[in-house]
Amino acid sequence: MADLAISQELNPALVLGEPVYADVTRKVSGIVEGRMPRSWYIAIAFTGTLTLVLAAMLTYLAFTGIGVWGNNSPVGWAWDITNFVFWIGIGHAGTLISAILFLFRQRWRTSINRFAEAMTLFAVACAGIFPLFHTGRPWRAVYWLFPVPNPALHIWQNFRSPLIWDVFAVSTYATVSALFWYTGLVPDLATLRDRAKTRARKIVFGLLSLGWRGSARHWRHYELAYLLLAGISTPLVLSVHTIVSFDFAVSVIPGWHSTIFPPYFVAGAIFSGFAMVVTLMVIARQVFDLKQFVTMKHLENMNKVMMATGLIVGFAYATEFFIAWYSGNRYERFVFLNRAFGPYWWAYWTMVSCNVFLPQLFWFKRVRTSIPAMFIISILINVGMWFERFVIIVTSLHRDFLPSSWGYFRPTPIDMLTLAGSFGLFLTLFLLFVRFLPMISMTEVKGMLAADAAHPGDRP
Amino acid sequence: MSQSAIYGAVAEFASPESLLAAIRGVRERGYSRLDAFTPFPVHGIDEALGAPRSPLGWIVLATGLAGAAAALMLIWWTGAINYPLVVAGKPLFAFEFSIPITFELAVLFASFGAVIGMFLFNGLPRLYHPVFQHSRFEHATDDRFLLAIEADSDGFEAAAAVETLRALGGEHVEVIAA
Repeated sequence: MADLAISQELNPALVLGEPVYADVTRKVSGIVEGRMPRSWYIAIAFTGTLTLVLAAMLTYLAFTGIGVWGNNSPVGWAWDITNFVFWIGIGHAGTLISAILFLFRQRWRTSINRFAEAMTLFAVACAGIFPLFHTGRPWRAVYWLFPVPNPALHIWQNFRSPLIWDVFAVSTYATVSALFWYTGLVPDLATLRDRAKTRARKIVFGLLSLGWRGSARHWRHYELAYLLLAGISTPLVLSVHTIVSFDFAVSVIPGWHSTIFPPYFVAGAIFSGFAMVVTLMVIARQVFDLKQFVTMKHLENMNKVMMATGLIVGFAYATEFFIAWYSGNRYERFVFLNRAFGPYWWAYWTMVSCNVFLPQLFWFKRVRTSIPAMFIISILINVGMWFERFVIIVTSLHRDFLPSSWGYFRPTPIDMLTLAGSFGLFLTLFLLFVRFLPMISMTEVKGMLAADAAHPGDRP
Repeated sequence: MSQSAIYGAVAEFASPESLLAAIRGVRERGYSRLDAFTPFPVHGIDEALGAPRSPLGWIVLATGLAGAAAALMLIWWTGAINYPLVVAGKPLFAFEFSIPITFELAVLFASFGAVIGMFLFNGLPRLYHPVFQHSRFEHATDDRFLLAIEADSDGFEAAAAVETLRALGGEHVEVIAA
């Protein structure tokens, strides 16, 4: 008896209220089939406007040139690359949750994987905009980014450069994440097709579900395909931010030229990605009343992941300073002293406060299980992670080897509006996702209910 | 109705356990071609149906290797053959700097192999299937478990198949036209 009580305290149920299969279908499909709350319309009006701002800023840039941004010698990479790394980092939580936690048989991923994967796709879409427009002539970028025969120069990419590795990593990641997401969606799309009342919905979901009929022969291939995709995606997630970090680490700039970058970047990516999942999930579970499926246990686990990855990131910050001193390299030492106490000290300490000090509050269960606390902390973590990329990029560049060329980067209003606009695009895509597609995998939740029914008491 | 115009007899069950019990019962009676339609993958159904393991892993391995080979060919041919250009004194081709793109293209091709292979093995996309005619098929993607004895089973006879499914506890037993 006591054992059972303790086990329930340690392993609370992942789905509350003991729903039957039909309840899961009704609840999750009901969101897509019903009317959206008024707050949804207000939100999309706002984020849609911001998306238009993004379109306007990018159009202006394409017609004028990248001088509309504040990038200039010596800071040639500034907010655009900061935003790129920021969004790509956020895009890491989705595939981590759907692939790595799947392989580790972490069953709490079940209610949140669809949601996190969607977030991944939209974050990667936002990320892609920045390097593309950083080229200044995005309509010609296909010749620079992809090995497409170039009719004017007959020249190819330099495959020795990490920048081209990055193109392959990010485009592969976007494609594979989309495939993984769609594969997971197909059985749920069939459910929506079979529930559809209007002809338009029948046709759209009929086509999207590809005629899925839940046959045992289908599931046999499907389950293996899903497992294989998880197995393939696991090293992929780790490779993407590793290769993003090569953009810096393979250069010879003090502050960038560091072998610690790949694990440090991957941990930071997971950190910021989970923070974004928590920020959005806290809102969605409130607005759409999903507390039954997204329990405090889910949120608490994500907060624990943030705490762990935050510690890794903090350890990396400390290691960088230690190596700067221990290596005896005077340029390295200068860059790090300049980073913490130079003109960008405020950015550095914002980063450390948000990423290292603040997540320590999650040691307390009271904080970890408080919705307002985790909402605020998760937003501040993403503020901190944006500043981390800003600090790495700008502080390493603004005082280079020639003191006569030192400078101080200042963003232009176009920089700021483009960043704000990218949030508009991200959130608009997200709002459309929750409107039109099931945000919780009905198939997987039902499978978990069946496993619980077959093995009562064997919960984790 | 002639035998060839029938897809099979389809019955509904309320739980995965009753479905699995019915599959075993139907197989004991000698029916060889069965299919089940379920809202989620039912644990143990492949063993009950006697289905072999999916060969998809081999497709994924092959496409993954093809992706890696394509990447190495691309980097070698463009950089060392078609337009040799020395940059920063580095070699025209080396495996070391080819690793990231080789890995990424292997993953990309393998993922397409997994997804496209899965749909092709499943005969999808196929927007129509006879079982959709079952009056309660919409529950097969919601909360119920359908079991079909297909007409090409050895010794299939519609009335006997319906009787068998009823005897095993199946509800809404229907003979479905092909």
